[in-house]
Amino acid sequence: MRYVIIGNSAAGVAAAEGIRSRDKSGEIVMISEEKFPAYGRPLISYYLLGATDRAHMDYRPSDFYEKNGITLRLGVRAEKIDPVGHTVLLSDGSEIGYDRLLAATGSRSFVPPAEGLSEVKAKFTFMTLADALALEKALSKKKEVLIVGAGLIGLKCMEGILGRVKKVTVIDMADRVLSSILDEKGSQIVQRQLEARGVRFVLSDSVVRFEEGRAKLKSGGEIAFDLLVMAVGVRPNIELVKEAGGKTDRGIVTDEGMRTSLPDVYAAGDCTESSDIASGKRRILALLPNAYRQGYCAGENMAGGDARFGDAMPLNAIGFFGSHILTAGAYEGESFITGEGDTYRRFFVKDGVLKGFILIGAPERAGIYTALVRERRSLSEVDFEMLKTEPRLSAFSAEERKKALAAEV
Amino acid sequence: MKRIYVNEKWCLGCHLCEYECAFAATGLSDMAKALKGKRIAPKIRVEDCGDIHFAVNCRHCKDALCVKSCISGALSKGEDGVVRIDRDKCVGCLTCVLVCPYGAIMPAPDGHAAQKCQLCTDNTCGVPNCVAHCPNNAIVFEER
Repeated sequence: MRYVIIGNSAAGVAAAEGIRSRDKSGEIVMISEEKFPAYGRPLISYYLLGATDRAHMDYRPSDFYEKNGITLRLGVRAEKIDPVGHTVLLSDGSEIGYDRLLAATGSRSFVPPAEGLSEVKAKFTFMTLADALALEKALSKKKEVLIVGAGLIGLKCMEGILGRVKKVTVIDMADRVLSSILDEKGSQIVQRQLEARGVRFVLSDSVVRFEEGRAKLKSGGEIAFDLLVMAVGVRPNIELVKEAGGKTDRGIVTDEGMRTSLPDVYAAGDCTESSDIASGKRRILALLPNAYRQGYCAGENMAGGDARFGDAMPLNAIGFFGSHILTAGAYEGESFITGEGDTYRRFFVKDGVLKGFILIGAPERAGIYTALVRERRSLSEVDFEMLKTEPRLSAFSAEERKKALAAEV
Repeated sequence: MKRIYVNEKWCLGCHLCEYECAFAATGLSDMAKALKGKRIAPKIRVEDCGDIHFAVNCRHCKDALCVKSCISGALSKGEDGVVRIDRDKCVGCLTCVLVCPYGAIMPAPDGHAAQKCQLCTDNTCGVPNCVAHCPNNAIVFEER
């Protein structure tokens, strides 16, 4: 049995671990376009910040591949899947056969076309370690940086470089920061905290044209910059599976066992769509916890198991310069707000269950809320009044606590 | 594997386990010297709610969501079943705090990492110090 895994980040590594949970001897080959052993992708901003270093970024111990009998092929790209012949064509011209294949192809930075952009020399994206290392080389206290995109990637990049450059300006078409995970009040708190640190935001505006060291804005203004970071968004890498005839929508379509529509081909991670249990919608949830659980499930099934990953949901833990913003689920239904000053909690309740929440400056024990969302537990079973101000197991019945604390879980 | 289990009805709410946990982490031999005047940051926490008291620490879940969700690979599950954190790898993002259903992993007081119970395998106690000193057997260390 030969397992071929395309992709060597969270979903790919998880798949290898899932395979090995059932099959100790089958051959595993991992293929990655990147030149590094697996590293924590979201750590690249922490690396620039100095909160971690190269030696500590490895996602798994250095003996991981050897110990698990994995042949790692770095710096090669999978170009084409032949689903009939069960082979993958690689960028070095070689071909590799598979019995089971995983597409853990991830996503890529999306850079929309803009006038003059191709002439900007010092432009960067911020997704991979190679991106971070390239950006790092260009950093200096004399440089002014323009980041296009005030989302998760743009703001984490900002945090990583703020102390290493002269000035950072962040521009976004949206009228607020982190608009994909925060409500208006939350965005205001975060924006105010970051402005106090010297970050300049230009919101509800966009770049219409890049000129020599300048971005001309839709509003008529302009921003001078030395370095440009494009952090507008990401796109899933669905092409390999799509061109092989596999079913895709915005992402690669799989069942709950991570099987694609092609025989013996599985997919996991940022390249796939999930059923979000909080909103009930199919969507791309490009988040590391999701990627890992999908990958592990795929691996188990590639090795003959019948695992399901059926409780995907949005989960974000982000923060800047020591702040903590934790969010989960869907922002639907009636909402309840507690907290004061820079502590902000908002809970969303619909059909008698917690659908989602936003916590700013109150991270402690947040997983108690996440479990309520994930399990879709009726709030009539818990003391929700208590939970609104503090997550506690006291809010659950004695019987529930017994299950959690007096038994194996 | 042996885990720490809670007998809620026997918990007096004395919070001694919290002090014993913090003490175990110091590696010192005199609790008064180790903790006097210090703000403690134990990895076991007692909840008090009227007459109800119980301690909560890491459950060392069979299918640990924190390990699967960790963005840096700092959390791992050993062959002995113990969920451990490598503080040098942890960047303190708190994804683990966001996913732990028991609220049993927490920010460490230095703010740079998370911290959790490792069943005193990370100190010289040998057995969990909270259990060894619980005056009413409200927490036990055993196979179930």
